[in-house]
Amino acid sequence: MIRIENVSLRHGQTQILHDISLTIPKGGITALVGPNGAGKSSLLSLIARLQPLQAGRISVDGFPVDTTPNRDLARILAILRQDSIVTSRLRVRELVGFGRFPHGRGRLTPDDYAIIDQSLQQFDLTDLSDRFIETLSGGQRQRALVAMAFAQGTDYLLLDEPLNNLDMYFARELMRSLRRIADENGKTIVIVLHDINQAGAHADRIVAMKAGRIVADGTPSDLLTPNTLQAIFGFEMRVETFDDTPVVLHFR
Amino acid sequence: MSIAAAKQSSKTGWIAGLMLAILFVFSLCVGVGDMPISRLFSDGRALELLLVSRLPRTLAAILAGAGLAIAGLIMQTLARNRYVEPSTAGTAQSAELGILLVTLLLPSASLLFKSLAASAAALLGTSLFLMTAHRLPPTQPFLVPLFGLVYGGVIGAAVTFVAWRADLLQYLSVWTNGDFSGVLRGRYELLWLGALMVVVAWIVADRLTIMALGRDASIGLGLDYARMLQLGLIIVSVISALSVVVVGMIPFVGLVVPNIVSRLMGDNMRGTLPFVAASGAILVLGCDILGRLLRYPYEIPVGTMMGCVGGLIFLWLLFRRPSHV
Amino acid sequence: MPDRRLLCLAGAALLCIVAFMTIGLRGNIGFVLALRAMKLAALLQVSVSIAVSTVIFQTVTNNRILTPSIMGLDALYLFGQMLLVFLLGGLGYAALDAQLKFGGEIVVLMALATGLLLPMLRRRTDMGLMLLAGIIFGILFRSLHSLLARLIDPNDFAVVQGASFANFNDVRTDLLAFAAILTIAGIVIAWRARHVLDVMALGADTATGLGISWSRTVTGLLLLVSALVAVSTALVGPVAFFGLLVVALAERIVDTRSHAALMPATMLTAVIILVGGQTLFQHALGSSSTLGVVIEFVGGFAFLVLLVFGSRK
Repeated sequence: MIRIENVSLRHGQTQILHDISLTIPKGGITALVGPNGAGKSSLLSLIARLQPLQAGRISVDGFPVDTTPNRDLARILAILRQDSIVTSRLRVRELVGFGRFPHGRGRLTPDDYAIIDQSLQQFDLTDLSDRFIETLSGGQRQRALVAMAFAQGTDYLLLDEPLNNLDMYFARELMRSLRRIADENGKTIVIVLHDINQAGAHADRIVAMKAGRIVADGTPSDLLTPNTLQAIFGFEMRVETFDDTPVVLHFR
Repeated sequence: MSIAAAKQSSKTGWIAGLMLAILFVFSLCVGVGDMPISRLFSDGRALELLLVSRLPRTLAAILAGAGLAIAGLIMQTLARNRYVEPSTAGTAQSAELGILLVTLLLPSASLLFKSLAASAAALLGTSLFLMTAHRLPPTQPFLVPLFGLVYGGVIGAAVTFVAWRADLLQYLSVWTNGDFSGVLRGRYELLWLGALMVVVAWIVADRLTIMALGRDASIGLGLDYARMLQLGLIIVSVISALSVVVVGMIPFVGLVVPNIVSRLMGDNMRGTLPFVAASGAILVLGCDILGRLLRYPYEIPVGTMMGCVGGLIFLWLLFRRPSHV
Repeated sequence: MPDRRLLCLAGAALLCIVAFMTIGLRGNIGFVLALRAMKLAALLQVSVSIAVSTVIFQTVTNNRILTPSIMGLDALYLFGQMLLVFLLGGLGYAALDAQLKFGGEIVVLMALATGLLLPMLRRRTDMGLMLLAGIIFGILFRSLHSLLARLIDPNDFAVVQGASFANFNDVRTDLLAFAAILTIAGIVIAWRARHVLDVMALGADTATGLGISWSRTVTGLLLLVSALVAVSTALVGPVAFFGLLVVALAERIVDTRSHAALMPATMLTAVIILVGGQTLFQHALGSSSTLGVVIEFVGGFAFLVLLVFGSRK
């Protein structure tokens, strides 16, 4: 369980998060949606202790993120930041292998190798595993980074807009992989998404943010209604339902 | 690492080892003093020459080369930029400032103390560089080496100014231009401390590779980023300072070698670090031998040789495959 | 109002010149004045040639951070000089007339500089790569220079030490007349090209679109820059950050990149710093030969501040 209590954040004059409280239970996919600048990425990086907490408390599985040793947290939660730039000349397999670092501090056991192979397979990277990252396309690189976070083997996976750079096919593949690991491996996934329909199709729960506050919270069918969407994004859009999945027609 | 890659790297390892061994023997044989190998063990003077001058000189070149290459590699990891090295980021210049000040204030200080002072100054100067470099926008990667260059130039100007006022310019050239001709037994041993730093770097090679992925990724993987930053700074500073104190600054080693090795083998330091060290040693020793032969019996300092050889290699690297820059 | 600011700058520059000529006159006034006039002429030429060459170079490369000396042109000049001695040494090159030699060195520098830089500019080389290559060129040429010096005379360590900082106290007065012709020609050409330069500053594509033959213009401008760099380096030695400092200052003062205002402003700023600084150091601080080091220090420092704070907007 991720428990967020009264968290606020400001950078200089700008208040980025206003007194946020949120509980994300164990298991399932929670999507964070909202317009640009709503504070989604900031909230995610606070949970992942990439920024120091200014006010409030955050704990993951009961471990407060600001006082728990970094190394211990790395075995509970993995984070993939938006536009992570890898400038090192590493092979895909090597990069994914570093996901095992929190466990053996660099020494890889046969179990580690098995997990690395499984992650490569999970994200359709087996054929690319000996290629250097820099020779991959944007989408392939993104998948390699997700695979590395997955190889970390943590119960919690935080992903900041992982669908960036992915074409329709791989965006769908990635979301389905995430769904699978949530269902089969019992992972808890918190994901920042821009495509509201991906959230509607794959998430168990959607948390909508706007201007540093949580403005809506619920299941896709609760949340994806014209009124709520207008409150979040500020314009009117139609919502239809196909096969029990709400689809937002926000294109026109 | 895959099987193919492992095979290739073990082959490269053999080649590097063989080259270093050949250069090592060759370096022992080249010099102005007469030292026939056939009489090495019958003629006491020949053996003495070998032990007092040739062997220390050769070892110093190997140690300094390996150390500087590793220092360059770590510097590039810390700054997350491929185009910095200790001599272009103020580290060497800070070390010079440190040793200059100690020479002025405590002329009788021992070499070890001077090295310590130089290391401390280098640490300070490099920290300041990194702190500022991390504030530069990452979208413009050329700003970092540029900043480092000017920063080093400013400290260098301060060093020249102080040295000029104190009439120590002559000393200064000893530290600024690398030269192995003065290396004798008893005057180079501090460089073994640099070798120790290389070993430390090898121990933490995995962490260094992760650091190269950036702060967020490092923290995400449970690395104590701040502490690793400090450790890396210490390694870079100590190696550079020792090199400046014992033989003088040698440019380009730290820039050229890691870049070539990265092109050939990638950046997984657990695998590449020994090659970086070996290649640095080969390059410096080779340049020193060349400098001894080119105008025999006169010598051309290794700093000058490296400026030419290293510069040409680097330009070739830059323009050969522009797509990778 | 750039016009009024230019007038102010001109007034300040004039004041510096008068101070330089008159403060502390003693003894044989005619002789001292003649000596100071020679030195003043040299300082003015150095100021002007560095100012103009830096402005043009930044426009051509479309970058505010590059200067001819950061790209290693002054090191290249020293290298070319040594190369001539090395290649023609046996023919008694060293004994030749100083002006003839200077002419030869300038031609060598123009050829080398254009040969090196033009391909890079033509290929629209990435800025970072250019810059880095320039830095490397600088170190390379300095090393080659001392390598050649060692090869020519292995015992002469003084040559190898080389002049790492400009010395404004001890100028080569024997080259003054010849250098003056070059400098004045340079100013005239640069002034006439001021509108072309404004267009060049918009970038290669736009300039071509506006009917400028980019390649030919760049070649001509690079030749001009090399000649001016040769003048200043020959007269006082290499200066690394001076050009950068004066252009950055002048740009802040006149607040425009229009060459009709920027070029004179840069020249005047350079004169103020160099002549004023020399006067100050000579009379107030009593150690004029350190001006070069101090300018490098202040220039470099100002540059760092610009870099860090300017790029964080």
